Amino acid sequence: MEYATIYIVLAVAFGLFMAWGVGANDVANAMGTSVGSGALTARQAIVIAAIFEFTGAYLAGGAVTETIRSGMIDANLLAGQPELLVYGMLASLLAAAIWLLVASHFGWPVSTTHSIVGAIVGFAAVGLGMEAVKWGKIGSIVMSWVISPALAGIIAYWLFQSVQKFILDTENPLKNAKRYVPVYIFLVGFIVALVTLTKGLKHVGLHISTGQSYLYAVITGAVTMLIGIYAISRLRFDPKADRDFHFANVEKVFGVLMIVTACAMAFAHGSNDVANAVGPLAAIISVIQSGGEVASKAAMPAWVLLLGGIGIVFGLATFGYKVMATVGRGITELTPSRGFAATLAAAGTVVLASGTGLPISTTHTLVGGVLGVGLARGIAALNLEVVRAIFLSWIVTLPAGAILAIVFFFLLKGIFG
Amino acid sequence: MAPKSFVFSMFGSSPVSPLQQHMGKVQSCVQEIIPFLEAALAQDWTRAREVQKRIAVLEGEADALKKELRLHLPRGWMMPVSRRDVLEALRMQDKIANKTKDIAGLIIGRRMVFPAEIAAKLLEFARRCIDATAQAQLAINELDELVETGFRGHEVELVEKMITELDAIEADTDALQVEVRDLLFAKEKELYAVDVMFMYNVIEWIGDLGDLAQRVGSRLLMMLAR
Repeated sequence: MEYATIYIVLAVAFGLFMAWGVGANDVANAMGTSVGSGALTARQAIVIAAIFEFTGAYLAGGAVTETIRSGMIDANLLAGQPELLVYGMLASLLAAAIWLLVASHFGWPVSTTHSIVGAIVGFAAVGLGMEAVKWGKIGSIVMSWVISPALAGIIAYWLFQSVQKFILDTENPLKNAKRYVPVYIFLVGFIVALVTLTKGLKHVGLHISTGQSYLYAVITGAVTMLIGIYAISRLRFDPKADRDFHFANVEKVFGVLMIVTACAMAFAHGSNDVANAVGPLAAIISVIQSGGEVASKAAMPAWVLLLGGIGIVFGLATFGYKVMATVGRGITELTPSRGFAATLAAAGTVVLASGTGLPISTTHTLVGGVLGVGLARGIAALNLEVVRAIFLSWIVTLPAGAILAIVFFFLLKGIFG
Repeated sequence: MAPKSFVFSMFGSSPVSPLQQHMGKVQSCVQEIIPFLEAALAQDWTRAREVQKRIAVLEGEADALKKELRLHLPRGWMMPVSRRDVLEALRMQDKIANKTKDIAGLIIGRRMVFPAEIAAKLLEFARRCIDATAQAQLAINELDELVETGFRGHEVELVEKMITELDAIEADTDALQVEVRDLLFAKEKELYAVDVMFMYNVIEWIGDLGDLAQRVGSRLLMMLAR
């Protein structure tokens, strides 16, 4: 480990680059529904995203990083040659970050999770041999690409159906909106808090019993609900606005809900996607700190999660701003009630998956959520050509990340080896 | 360079608001029939000519909107309303504007002078037909609310009520059409035969406005039934 300092500097630099890309690319989509539906301005979205991405990354980001770092490749094969792991992880970070940059530039819909998984698999298959890759684990990740949009789609479908049944399809939608929207708000607070408490907080060292976490989740949900009720009570309704579109005032109530779900989405995103940026970084650091010993599992240093969080927020503030501003204009198809269903479904799926350690993509779940609302006949039209393109890009990203990682792997091996 | 969020590009262009816009244009076109008829019945041909030109312009604008919508109507299967229903409603709406232009054109082209005895009834008849198109517009304007509720519940009842009302208005126009025809029949022997022929034509076309409005409504019903 003669170049230990250089490795760490490079790892931190690439990790930040990757986190920046995650913030710039993914967050636009994660927060896009809130901005597009008019519930938040781009500036407000950035503030919310900054706070909740960061807390999500920090509080619940631990579980997923395990899978990315050590779950996919066989650590035993690396025991004698720790440099290979370092090169590989550096190459993976750089490959994924560059692919993200290229794709963002052209506006391609890629998943950051795909990029990093593809990159790690690529380097492992070439640098260590096919047998080094735990294909079973990869299989379960691939499965999650099907399951997560499907799950989010189903949840979004039922959520929007319930919104229609309890609020929109009734005689007095506004009255019912005021009555039921706080219930949804409670639900959002409860789910996010519960999953964070039971799954995410382990690495912080907080040990609480199941009963306690339910109790805390209920409290969190109730507090969120009270804040929501207060926000709704402060809304001003304009009966004239209902003349053109009868649900204009109802949508205002949903706007409050949308803000809560946007927070949840940012939290979910941070908790899941920080892993993409810092997983390989943590692997490098653990190898170097242990003096070249490759452990199959290592503690995730808190400062690494912190670094990932900062990178995401930074990327969001510099590049995500533009993306969200583009999104915020000229989109009329998405109302807060629809956006809420799609986003909450996506956030819920991500938070759940984050707790189980599957690195699923927020992008996938969000697409699934939007499709679900569309199937409930809640969206005026869906552009299926784009949906097809999205599915295609999901497939393309994997080999792209792999090829780039292979190139960088040999490059680094040539320089340092 | 800021890439557009693809979550947003997933949303196709909705046919709902263009369809409503088109109906709005058609309605402002068909409304001009009243000032036009008033001018024509008073034999104020300069004013009639002005209104007729306005009608032609509005019809042209409606036509442009129609072409725009036809070109950009999304093809996907994930539309809340079927493509065919949208196109059919659009066609009916467009016919209303066309008919309006034809009526104004024919009256002004022939300097048509209706007998004084039927003038009031003719205006009443035309007004009722415009009530029908206005009612059709009202119903079409509910489409976005229907999408919001997923074509279910209270909103559907509301629209069904509107269409029932539209049918009632259309029945009124039919009755009025008979009355106008009777009045003309009573006077026709005193008039120049070719003129009378075209007067019957105009009466029929005005009645068509109501019929077409009703057909817009029934297309909407089909969207509900899906």
